[in-house]
Amino acid sequence: MDGSTLVSPSAEVIAPQRPARPFSPWLEAWRRFRRHRLALASTVVLLLMILAIALGPFVWKVAINDIDFAARMQTPSWSHPLGTDDLGQDLLARMLYGGRISLAVGLSAMFVAMTLGTVIGATAGMSRGWVGPALIWLTDLFLSLPALPLLQLVIYLFRDSLKAAFGLEGGVFVMIVVVIGGLRWMPVARLVRAQFLSLREKEFVEAARALGASKLRQVVRHILPNALGPVLVAATIDVAAAIIAESTLSFLGLGFPPDIPTWGRILYDAKDYLDIAPHWALFPGAAIFLTVLTINFIGDGLRDALDPRKVM
Amino acid sequence: MGRYLLRRLLIAIPSLLGISVILFTVLALAPGDPFGELATNPAVPPEVREALRVKFGLDDPIAIRYFRWIAAMVHGDWGFSFASRIDVDTLILQRLPATLFVIGSAQLLALLIAIPVGVLAARKPYSIFDQISSTLAFVGFSLPTFFTGLLFILVFSVQLDWLPFVYRDVYETGWRWYWENFRQAIMPICVLGLFQAASMTRYVRSAVLDVIRLDYVTTARAKGLGERVVIVKHVVRNALIPVVTLVALQMPAIFGGAIVTEQIFRIPGIGSLLISAILANDTPVIMAVTFVFACLVVLFNLIADVLYGWLDPRITLG
Repeated sequence: MDGSTLVSPSAEVIAPQRPARPFSPWLEAWRRFRRHRLALASTVVLLLMILAIALGPFVWKVAINDIDFAARMQTPSWSHPLGTDDLGQDLLARMLYGGRISLAVGLSAMFVAMTLGTVIGATAGMSRGWVGPALIWLTDLFLSLPALPLLQLVIYLFRDSLKAAFGLEGGVFVMIVVVIGGLRWMPVARLVRAQFLSLREKEFVEAARALGASKLRQVVRHILPNALGPVLVAATIDVAAAIIAESTLSFLGLGFPPDIPTWGRILYDAKDYLDIAPHWALFPGAAIFLTVLTINFIGDGLRDALDPRKVM
Repeated sequence: MGRYLLRRLLIAIPSLLGISVILFTVLALAPGDPFGELATNPAVPPEVREALRVKFGLDDPIAIRYFRWIAAMVHGDWGFSFASRIDVDTLILQRLPATLFVIGSAQLLALLIAIPVGVLAARKPYSIFDQISSTLAFVGFSLPTFFTGLLFILVFSVQLDWLPFVYRDVYETGWRWYWENFRQAIMPICVLGLFQAASMTRYVRSAVLDVIRLDYVTTARAKGLGERVVIVKHVVRNALIPVVTLVALQMPAIFGGAIVTEQIFRIPGIGSLLISAILANDTPVIMAVTFVFACLVVLFNLIADVLYGWLDPRITLG
């Protein structure tokens, strides 16, 4: 920036010594992200896990509900790489299937939370009348709702009617996503509002306003892109939080029904057999832990990469 | 101070009312029926069921039921548990001490870990100790409490056989009673405490980092004060102010964790009461317990704000 300011109109622009390297904010962010070694390693691990979950069922073609009483609660072996559960069902197949659901719930709930949070935060941040304070009061109200009890309550109470409307898997899925997302938008809304309050007074927004840009254009073209960094970081960490929320619900027996083996549900089934079949609980627990840990590290790396004030 | 407190209390009331409206509407819209059990019981004739429904006013409009409930709540009548056949407030008062004991001890343990580790890490940022502690903190808050709970049971109860793995009634008397109760509380307290300590360590570290580079700390060092005095008396005292707020704001998360640990270790607290009430469709208990949780959260937010103003003289309350 400093180098491009001309001393006088006639001053010659000095060509940079290095050949101009293609520059974009995203490339710069990637350069900074790579410096965070744990985040980079986490990205690789997470991508491998996603690949396994996506392609695994095509390679490992054992049905998730193949009951085999001859092979109950077996420890890992060649025919069952992760062992079997109390009905002799193959744990690898169930884990691969459950991983798809856990990740899908995490991503979809994050999208719900981000959309709600951004819209509410942006509205609160742009309004100059009574709408802003009212929305902030609502946000604070939701923040003091006891999230986990309410989640359990809503899911338990409405499970049957939604099952009727969307089918067994679809109903529970839609409900869990909406409820988890609907109870996690508040931090995003506060973040977005804080960003908007400071950005909307900046000169470049004022310039856009002076040029007659509509409010929507100011928000979408000028303010939102500048507020995106922290939102992206929050979104990443939110995926991890949503995965934990879903697993917690399933672990308490209030999430997906037993025939849909999400990681939390497998843990719930395994917890009474800890003394005879510890592997049954260890594998899904480790999968949840690894996913959440890698996502958190990636979030940390993104925080470093997307903060332009941080010198790296 | 007194006026500020009064104003904050008055602001808290509409929030609590809003929360109770949301909770009540969710419960009222739900298809579940507290008399479902009676409906399937052939010994109860339909007329009796109808009479009961009318007596408890279950067929009135939601708004009327809400106002009746809130009026009763204010009068101290929290309703009657359909499943346990006992007054809801007695039931909750029976269960609350166990929950508060576990949560309180876990918070204490978390602070005892987080403050020293966070301060030491911030004294030499990016040192080996800092990197190890921050990696461990990441591992700590990525481990969900339900998994750590199971791991603890697996290691300390199943493998080593040191600790009992679920709560049971204690029949010993005297010191043995305290000892046995303490022994069965160790694992839940550690599970919750370590989880809290992980995120708190990061807060303490960044709060200390904010303070440690300020001029007054340099002045304190330049006066020739020992490092210990500088850190304990000058740095930590100021750094802990924002941490107090964060600890109070973490309370909802701790209650969530408490529900999970109570379920794993079968602690007779209000978290496990809530789950059994949900499964039994025991509406008055569900409503009361969720409302107690909400009240505790609002209360802790209030405490955080008041403490913040009291600890930090730069903030004027008015």
